Amino acid sequence: MEKFNTIKSSAVPLPIEEVDTDQIIPARFLKATTREGFGDNLFRDWRYHSGDSAKEDFVLNNPIYAGEILVAGKNFGCGSSREHAAWALHDYGFRVVVSSFFADIFRSNAINNGLLPVQVSGEFLDKIFQAIEANPKAQFKVDLEAQTFSIVASGDTASFAIDPYKKMCMINGYDDIDYLLSIRDEIEEFEAKQLIP
Amino acid sequence: MGKTLFDKIWEAHVVTEVEGGMQVIYIDRHLIHEVTSPQAFAGLEKRGLPVFRTEKTVATADHNVPTQNQHLPIQEKLSRFQVDKLTENCAKFGVELYGLGHPYQGIVHVIGPELGITQPGRTMVCGDSHTSTHGAFGAIAFGIGTSQVEQVFATQCLLQNKPKRMRITVDGTLQPGVVSKDIILYIISKLTASGGTGYFVEYAGSAIRSLSMEARMTICNMSIEMGARGGLIAPDETTFNYLRGREFAPKGDAFDQAVAYWQTLYTDEDASFDQEYVFNAADIEPMLTYGTNPGMGIKISEHIPTPDSADNPATFRKSLAYMGFEGGESLLNKPIDYVFIGSCTNSRIEDLRMVAEYVKGKQKAGNVNAMIVPGSQQVITQARAEGLDKVFIEAGFDFREPGCSACLGMNEDKIPKGAYCVSTSNRNFEGRQGPGARTILASPLMAAATAIAGKIVDVRNEQ
Ligand code: SF4
Repeated sequence: MEKFNTIKSSAVPLPIEEVDTDQIIPARFLKATTREGFGDNLFRDWRYHSGDSAKEDFVLNNPIYAGEILVAGKNFGCGSSREHAAWALHDYGFRVVVSSFFADIFRSNAINNGLLPVQVSGEFLDKIFQAIEANPKAQFKVDLEAQTFSIVASGDTASFAIDPYKKMCMINGYDDIDYLLSIRDEIEEFEAKQLIP
Repeated sequence: MGKTLFDKIWEAHVVTEVEGGMQVIYIDRHLIHEVTSPQAFAGLEKRGLPVFRTEKTVATADHNVPTQNQHLPIQEKLSRFQVDKLTENCAKFGVELYGLGHPYQGIVHVIGPELGITQPGRTMVCGDSHTSTHGAFGAIAFGIGTSQVEQVFATQCLLQNKPKRMRITVDGTLQPGVVSKDIILYIISKLTASGGTGYFVEYAGSAIRSLSMEARMTICNMSIEMGARGGLIAPDETTFNYLRGREFAPKGDAFDQAVAYWQTLYTDEDASFDQEYVFNAADIEPMLTYGTNPGMGIKISEHIPTPDSADNPATFRKSLAYMGFEGGESLLNKPIDYVFIGSCTNSRIEDLRMVAEYVKGKQKAGNVNAMIVPGSQQVITQARAEGLDKVFIEAGFDFREPGCSACLGMNEDKIPKGAYCVSTSNRNFEGRQGPGARTILASPLMAAATAIAGKIVDVRNEQ
């Protein structure tokens, strides 16, 4: 996993709630057997007409907006456990998703792929949307070490929560698997004692 | 202080704890399918690792499989490639595979229980959010991402934060024509699509206790639809009777010993929950969804709420526009184009029996295309043995071979753009059943009644 520290970037606004993983990456694009290339089909049916022409009014097709940060409404990533959703967002170029609420499995998939979920209050989320509306190039700063998200122009800052262990993993680029492999002896001891077949 | 059912099982599986509070949880059974496993196998290969406990891992092909002519090679190239990849990976890593053509093949959440792999007190995971289904047996079962599939392959363990505990009690008796699917759609409509996030839910109460295993699975299946990681129900005689004699259930004395342990799996009287809800079964009617997330549900007698009453009117309007509905209208008498009876929510033998009983001697309406897709080879075999296939065909239904099918449209079974589909599956997301498809979630009974009437009707007034 790639290391994550601080990011300063403009942001892409998606003020829609309950964005499910079927929207992020529709099922018919899950037939690949590698992790790469899903970014092309990110938000496929919101982004393209059935004939593959771009839907002009969708935010990813609007050249005014760009950046490594996606800002979305509450309950982002609900639905299917497909990690392809996190891969697609990352592959497209996002490193941070901001919302006022994340679905559990999406949150964990994102963190496992170096995509930072930043959960802020509903009021702060509105402030971010307003800042982007006032200036599509508005800059935001994400500091994982300090666990803060700031609107650069106004200096408004919100702190966000992340499990301390997962934070350490993201900063150092560690996978859970490295840790789990390191405790294989303990796992085998557990198995020897376990009564449940 | 007593313990909840969830606590008892969780604590029995903690291998160790890391700094900050995350825990390493041992996984008793790992189910896999073709869509979310290839990248995990590739990861193992890259690291030069084997599957740590092959005997605790079972694979099946379900998401991509065609539901017609399963004896022939899969036509669709990418689907075939993914299914072949699973076969290749399972052979290479020594994982048991119930692939196409195997008598145990089927939707992963249908075969686990029917083979007796799902047992009380176990921890189970699968790279699939509806793993929550297995909680109906009093197991801790939840969906994981592909990176975690790789972790379980490599170590049979996962790093987890312990979820909070919620109990949802449903007491009383259901009205005739109201079934377990209505209970869960009702609960989700009350709690919203995010109301369970961060929680593991225990379903309790006399209405839950009175349900069959199949009906309990329908409820636990949709726990994820309110954001919960999983749902579970304390095992009881219904559970033990279901498991007795199943392929991978303990046999003879071992079964009795297992039952003695399973009987300790309940929530103590003085245990406490982080959140509790109580509902009355008699308040529940046949339920329907009208929007694009499973929380957007109403009773058949209710009208679609108006956007102004919604938390976020803009999102609500977008959803109604997609569905082609207006706030304030009723769904009764809406003409319907497709009926889909299937998915890991409602494709078990009991669901098929319920539908068969209703449609027997009736004829499907001409305007409806109605498909029934059994959940597994065992279900289809049983259905044929009971003559249900003939009932369906005589009533004008298209009776298919097992798989996920139009639940998510990864194979050829898709609902066309703009068409309305009353579906017994679990998700009404935009495009879930095919680009532009409009899904209305309902019980198998309501779906059967819709197919016969050609429009949405209240099954309580039919027969
Ligand atoms: S039937 Fe639908 S929800 Fe169930 S496992 Fe298959 S695709 Fe997922």
